[in-house]
Amino acid sequence: MPTIKKTKVEYEGRVEEREVIVEEEYIEPWGADAELTVVGRPTPRVDGVPRVTGRARYTHDARWPDLLVGRFLRSPHPHARLVRIDSRRAEAMPGVWLVWHRDQPPPVERFEGRPLFTEELPYEGAEVAFLVAENERIAEDALAAIEVEYEELAFAHDLDDAMAEDAPPTLLDDESNLVDPEGDTYERGSVEQGLQDADVVVDLTFTTPRAAHCCLETHGSVARWEGDHLTVWHSTQGINRCKGSLADALDMPMDEIRVICEYVGGGFGSKFAAENYTVLAALASKATQHPVSALLDRREEHLVGGYRPSSRQRVRLGAKRDGTLTLIEHEAWIGTGAYGESGPIVGGPAKDLYASPNARTATWTVRANTDAHRAFRAPGYVEGTFALEGAMDALAEELDMDPLDLRLKNYTEQSPSRDTPYTDKRLREAYEIGAERMGWRSREERRATSGVWKRGWGMATQIWGGGGGPPAKAIVKLESDGTAEVLLGVQDLGTGTKTVLAQVAAEELGLPLDRVRVVIGDTQGTPYGPGSGGSVTLASTTPAVRNAVHDALRQLFGIAAYMLDMPDEAPDQFYTEQGEIVYRPDPTKRISFVQVAAKVGNYMFVGTGARGPNPDDAAINTFGAHFAEVEVNTRTGQVRVNKVVAVHDIGRVVNPLTATSQVIGGVNMALGYVLMEERVFNARTGLQLTANLEDYRLVTIADAPVVDVAFVDVADIQANSVGSKGLGEPPIIPLAAAVANAVADAIGVRITALPITPDRVLNALRAEREEQ
Amino acid sequence: MADKVHVTTLLNGESVEFLCAPSQTLLECLRDILGLTGAKNGCNDGNCGACSVLLDGRLANSCLVLGAEADGRTVITIEGLADWAGLHPIQQSFVEEDGLQCGCCTPGMIIAAKALLDREPNPSDGRIREWMAGNLCRCTGYETITRAVRRAAAHLNGEGAEG
Ligand code: FES
Ligand code: FES
Repeated sequence: MPTIKKTKVEYEGRVEEREVIVEEEYIEPWGADAELTVVGRPTPRVDGVPRVTGRARYTHDARWPDLLVGRFLRSPHPHARLVRIDSRRAEAMPGVWLVWHRDQPPPVERFEGRPLFTEELPYEGAEVAFLVAENERIAEDALAAIEVEYEELAFAHDLDDAMAEDAPPTLLDDESNLVDPEGDTYERGSVEQGLQDADVVVDLTFTTPRAAHCCLETHGSVARWEGDHLTVWHSTQGINRCKGSLADALDMPMDEIRVICEYVGGGFGSKFAAENYTVLAALASKATQHPVSALLDRREEHLVGGYRPSSRQRVRLGAKRDGTLTLIEHEAWIGTGAYGESGPIVGGPAKDLYASPNARTATWTVRANTDAHRAFRAPGYVEGTFALEGAMDALAEELDMDPLDLRLKNYTEQSPSRDTPYTDKRLREAYEIGAERMGWRSREERRATSGVWKRGWGMATQIWGGGGGPPAKAIVKLESDGTAEVLLGVQDLGTGTKTVLAQVAAEELGLPLDRVRVVIGDTQGTPYGPGSGGSVTLASTTPAVRNAVHDALRQLFGIAAYMLDMPDEAPDQFYTEQGEIVYRPDPTKRISFVQVAAKVGNYMFVGTGARGPNPDDAAINTFGAHFAEVEVNTRTGQVRVNKVVAVHDIGRVVNPLTATSQVIGGVNMALGYVLMEERVFNARTGLQLTANLEDYRLVTIADAPVVDVAFVDVADIQANSVGSKGLGEPPIIPLAAAVANAVADAIGVRITALPITPDRVLNALRAEREEQ
Repeated sequence: MADKVHVTTLLNGESVEFLCAPSQTLLECLRDILGLTGAKNGCNDGNCGACSVLLDGRLANSCLVLGAEADGRTVITIEGLADWAGLHPIQQSFVEEDGLQCGCCTPGMIIAAKALLDREPNPSDGRIREWMAGNLCRCTGYETITRAVRRAAAHLNGEGAEG
């Protein structure tokens, strides 16, 4: 019988208590030395073939002969008022179906508390009109035929601008550009005490840029209405979130909405709920009785697709001579857009990475005239770790201590902010493995001292959640030929979710991997599953799969007992092995799935399972450390990353092949962040200069360093019954700090502003020379 | 609307005729007219390589080529690589080495790799990195892609799969 229980669930640095329905009996976790045959093996992804043959159907590939194309007219100004709009000429053009704007609104006028088309246009790219036409060409010509008159308004384009004394309001009706003047604060002990107890204090300020997600598939939706039933293909990390938000926006019953996203070309935090284009595509599809697409082009993606917010962070650390921290203080200002809400937990690492009796964090979010920031792979923790771990290195230098020793000195076995133990923490092992593989202790022997290229080493630590939690459900169907189908309402961003679900199901069923088919990416027919964010998918869903299989097998064992002439034997007297059901006391008594299934004919065993609660009073976290070796050209300012060693503790590694790829991918995404990526604006016009993939620079294959990946790989059996935690975000967290620390080690000057471009390197060297 | 252009091309080994607007790109023709959605529109301005095809055997960004330019030429897209016998060795290597995550760049990567291996059966890692630098990937971090191309080369040279 289902009952209700309270449990704590962490998401991107915030811990909340949820009430969850518990329906399963306790399942024994797979122990650290359980003999598993499918889980833990490097496994090529189960949907690799459609992805390499071009058959995988992404949102952008949903098309029919009668598909109409929806496009936006967007504001060309950073801040403007719409004075007049006239779309009559556009509407008269052949092939144009409809145009919606402020004076001619769609049947649903509001979305997310605001009109879909507003008079005030607070950023470049703000929606002025939505037009539906027969094809792309007609749509473009028709958009150009819409007459618009704007009144340009004063704007603030970045954090500094928006914080200035006389800054213009980002939104006319707002009194302040601060989202919440109180900010987001945390304190333990006291700052005064921490300063008093310190022998050494370092105080540094760091800045980080706005960085764009650059999903290779831009945001978009395609809607098709059939009768009362709406189907939406949405490029998303959360099919259920999209379904719920659409039902709200359109005021429709949930059972009449189906959301499909079997393949998505990247999300990285930027794609969840239905968006204005989704709602408009749905409304237009209803109005025209045709399928309608609304897909952003690359330029729109840069203008309105979101970004990691910019930040200014001040870090003050106090320590005893022996390196013991007495104070960690972190203050941050986060730069979002006109409609942005409070930014991510930039102070998370400062709160939790090290033991310090005194700690304080405070964060304020500031609005400027751009689109709003969005969650971006380890929101806040990437920025916050860059600052904290940079300050730790400055402190190590001040104390003349090895940076790794300083971190070990302040190692904590308890979660400092929650004051509870961890379910498991193996950061010490990660440090050891990483130092060994990088040759950290012998690095001085390899330091190049002559020539223009200077070599240096740096390291940094990561803490992240990834423990997941309820709710998540799974259904398992056992077919009469001994194969199984597993259904979940989740999606695979390319992280390999589908593959690990198949592995866990196959393991628990005792079937080979190719006898299990996983169905995800469609809200129709699948039970509720969480969105893929906060690295929660694996840890939330795989235990549910184990429970569902367990449920199905119990039914199967009952029939097997009967067929083996021992009808009174309890189900737990049986286990499975390679498609056979085996009697535990006497393993010669066995019968195959197929035989049992044949006996019951078309009766189908269907098991359901839910994710159980998290353990009480324990923090579930992932940890890891990155070590980087760089070379810096002191004449050109170029930074070359020779090698990265990345070691993570995520509990049991279910699929070493995809996990390794995940880490290499995270490292390279972070490499772009530390060395080259930045959304650049023209300060005079307030317009974005990097709204394409040429000016917005991404790491290419030619820039990619050697990445040596390792996992501690010990099951965290207290965390959940699979013993695994998430890996989507951890590998992007510590790299920027590790590389920045290595650059400082190489050239003897610390660069505290990202990205570390050649001109920043040269300026830092010049400033240093002038000082001397 | 301007008159349409009649195009005859040898597409993935089959003779194909279609009508397109003079301004339509080859990428649009493939995706919108011919229903081949394997080539992706990542940027539509020549910066990402997701739309890569082989035009008369040469690597091309199909978003920068007009559909009309395909007239009288051969075009190979990702859909032309696998046959009933199974995956092309390059595709197989991408699966085995996990040279993909979201998969959006993958068709373009595989076509780019084919263009390379067709002319240089034994490229060095440096050459692979130089050749593939026009194809962006936001997910994998590229190392598994390099490995996949190397493995495919070994396979195509009859060395069998390496470990
Ligand atoms: S879509 Fe052609 S290069 Fe990006
Ligand atoms: S696999 Fe996602 S862009 Fe390459």
